Amino acid sequence: MDSRIEKRIELKAPVSRVWRALTDYREFGEWFRVKLDGPFAPGRISRGHITYPGYEHVKWEAVVQKMEPERLFSFTWHPYAVDPKTDYSKETPTLVEFRLEKTANGTLLLLRESGFDKIPSGRRLEAFRMNDGGWTAQMKNLESYVAQKA
Amino acid sequence: MAVELQAQTPVFAALADKTRLSLIAKLCRGRPHSISQLTKGSQLTRQAITKHLRVLESAGIVHGVRAGRENLFAFDPEPMEGIKAYLELVSEQWDQTLARLKAFVER
Repeated sequence: MDSRIEKRIELKAPVSRVWRALTDYREFGEWFRVKLDGPFAPGRISRGHITYPGYEHVKWEAVVQKMEPERLFSFTWHPYAVDPKTDYSKETPTLVEFRLEKTANGTLLLLRESGFDKIPSGRRLEAFRMNDGGWTAQMKNLESYVAQKA
Repeated sequence: MAVELQAQTPVFAALADKTRLSLIAKLCRGRPHSISQLTKGSQLTRQAITKHLRVLESAGIVHGVRAGRENLFAFDPEPMEGIKAYLELVSEQWDQTLARLKAFVER
């Protein structure tokens, strides 16, 4: 099964503005809430850390795939790779693609993240646990229950 | 093929409530419980507990089982382990992230 997430969003800003927000590593960091070490370049690993409150310990790592000016920006990464004790490098990453199209009022952004069928099922439950720190304990109960049962 | 996300109550929405999480915490420890058992020790009315159980049932996280004359509720972890629920969660994250991008480029 080729499972993926697709989003489309209208932005009231020119394509050139959106392209800069996507591909300038400092601008990207502002809305994505990540502090990146350096500029994006195709084929290069992008490293940094999350600045989202409560997740500051989480490292950001992605491999930039394509940068076709004002058209396509893509990278591969490990979604919800938030546990510092887990080595995610052996898992198949997902592919994130941002496509831009000029519209009468600005820009149409098409986001696609694909390759979720390769994510190990144990990681899915972990993602639920991490989604709200306040409920971590309760979700841990659930997880141990599920683990016992398996 | 994109996975259909809007079939029933999304698992993520069903879990986004402390009462419902506490109901799951009770149910996942063992045997199925009746509504009376679940209401006992809670601040909520039987009606309120029933309403929450229906939401969990609609997400497939609990299901009703009959034991004689009694209606019991049992926990089913399957929807939470499934890829559909996981995609819902990641999808929700993207909604928030893209909303921040929109605010960023439109300001």
